[in-house]
Amino acid sequence: MVEENTSKEEEVIAKLDAFAELPDAPPKRRMKLTWVGKLSVAVVVFWLVIIAIGPSIAPFHEMEMEGDDSFLDAYSGEYGTFYLGTDYIGRDTFSRILFGARNTIGISLLATLLAYLMGITLGILAAVKGGWIDMGISRVNDAILALPTIMLGLIVIAAFGSSIPILIGTAAVIYATSVFRIARALGQDIMVQDFVEVAQARGEGVWWIIKSEVLPNAAMPLATDFGLRLVFVVLFISSLSFLGLGVQPPASDWGSMVRENLAGLTYGSYAAIWPAIAIASFTIAVNLIVDDISAKSGGSLAKKMV
Amino acid sequence: MMKQMVLQRIAIGFVTLMVVSVIVFVMTSWLPGDVASIILGQAATPETLAALRAQLGTDQPLIYQYFGWLSNMATGDLGISKAGGATISSLIESRIGNTMVMAGLVALISIPISISLGLWAAMHPGTWLDRLVTFCTLSLISVPEFFIATILVLILAVELHWLPSTAYLTGDESFLELLKAVAMPLITLVIVVSAQMIRMTRAGILNVMSSPYIEMAILKGVPRRRIILRHAFFNAIGPIVNVIALNLAYLVSGVVIVETIFAYPGMAKLMIDAVQTRDLPLVQATAMIFCAVYVVLIILADVASILSNPRLRQPK
Repeated sequence: MVEENTSKEEEVIAKLDAFAELPDAPPKRRMKLTWVGKLSVAVVVFWLVIIAIGPSIAPFHEMEMEGDDSFLDAYSGEYGTFYLGTDYIGRDTFSRILFGARNTIGISLLATLLAYLMGITLGILAAVKGGWIDMGISRVNDAILALPTIMLGLIVIAAFGSSIPILIGTAAVIYATSVFRIARALGQDIMVQDFVEVAQARGEGVWWIIKSEVLPNAAMPLATDFGLRLVFVVLFISSLSFLGLGVQPPASDWGSMVRENLAGLTYGSYAAIWPAIAIASFTIAVNLIVDDISAKSGGSLAKKMV
Repeated sequence: MMKQMVLQRIAIGFVTLMVVSVIVFVMTSWLPGDVASIILGQAATPETLAALRAQLGTDQPLIYQYFGWLSNMATGDLGISKAGGATISSLIESRIGNTMVMAGLVALISIPISISLGLWAAMHPGTWLDRLVTFCTLSLISVPEFFIATILVLILAVELHWLPSTAYLTGDESFLELLKAVAMPLITLVIVVSAQMIRMTRAGILNVMSSPYIEMAILKGVPRRRIILRHAFFNAIGPIVNVIALNLAYLVSGVVIVETIFAYPGMAKLMIDAVQTRDLPLVQATAMIFCAVYVVLIILADVASILSNPRLRQPK
């Protein structure tokens, strides 16, 4: 959960990307991913497929209890059908991971999309309108950005209790702040370009300029940033779930699954390890894809500096 | 020029803290409903309700309540915990030392490790060891803190039986036992913080390496090692101090997870318990302390980068 430092750097990278999109930019090479990147894409696609079909291919229901066979080993049970063993009250870990993808990744995706919707709308608005609208939104934004995200989450949950809509809303507002900063910086850069001046001189309205000049030019850099933001949201939501303050039982969620089964580690049960690996596989894969893409488009610091 | 900028940062920090206090107060006093009717429950009559409200001060407008709360907080009167009725300052007093010891030890261990590894990686960019370091640290910052903690418990406590899996302190351990108890949360935090710090140190040095005077040094044939240690390092000290302060600030979120997973009796555990029991006065107090520490460290990071910039230090 260490994200705030990069926002300045991200702004710069995002700006570089924006100008790569301009008409007089050098011709672009086709994007080719390294094998690490391709593997990461496969992992992400795999989890997206699981979100869609997971519950229907799971051998058990997420809340189905198999008597008191808690912390069974893998491939044990009456028919050897617990591929990853059972959890602390005898539910099938494998099935719960399949069901949990929908909660962990699904909620995070929704929250990130919502954060983008808010961040971009307000960011472009602030950039285009300027003046006191910009001042007002930016000050509130800076205040929220100045707090550790987990603290904000904890305060909201202490006051409102935890439910899925609250989780999505909280994550969306918190992460909209960084989207806002990037969208605003991009918008301001685009607004001073010659083609925008031409459009203004032509007498185009504000809405037309936003729709036809600003958004198309800001789209690509914002898209690369989406992956990064998604990882932070997944980490945020699963950390809250891990603390017992996120997705509430008996629904399955990878963060809460780790917490529930932590005690099993001492008995040699891996029920807490599998969901942890599931989270790690998704977040690492997304980050590697982003790293690969930004290295190709010249955004990666490491590649540029050496 | 520089003095002005530093003062400006401090002023911004102060304003931020005020805004934070408003957020914390409004969030936690707005929803929980009427405290008086919760306390009285079935026995509430209009007269007793009014009396209790007057006693609690909740009959006053929110803005008065806010300033009352703020001035109490400033004078160290943090109120009384709803659960158990102990004063909040005594609860915090018993925990804050533990968290500070943990944070201090983490800083002590991770700063030298990360700076030397980050420097080393920047000195050998593109080699397979540099790529390994980059890949490992990227992976480590991509996973939740509890993932690292869980894997460590599995390896060090369950498989190897070297360390206990919880850090529960009774207060009368020998020094060795104490060390063993805090080892696990300590290692987890060191890994989390170091991964980030190594990446930032490496990026900071490489950033300096792209400046014209380094190019000049390369062109006149100075060996790479000497360039980094003589030319780049001193100019990178500012960014590195900045990195250290930022990462100490990030410890705030790491500590929340790690104290919970290992049942370490620190401030963060106190706060999580308060959130779970919805003990709002305690949540307010602990949240304010954590946010204040965070804001102060961020300002320190800012000031460090201002001080390290010679152009700002020496007015023209």
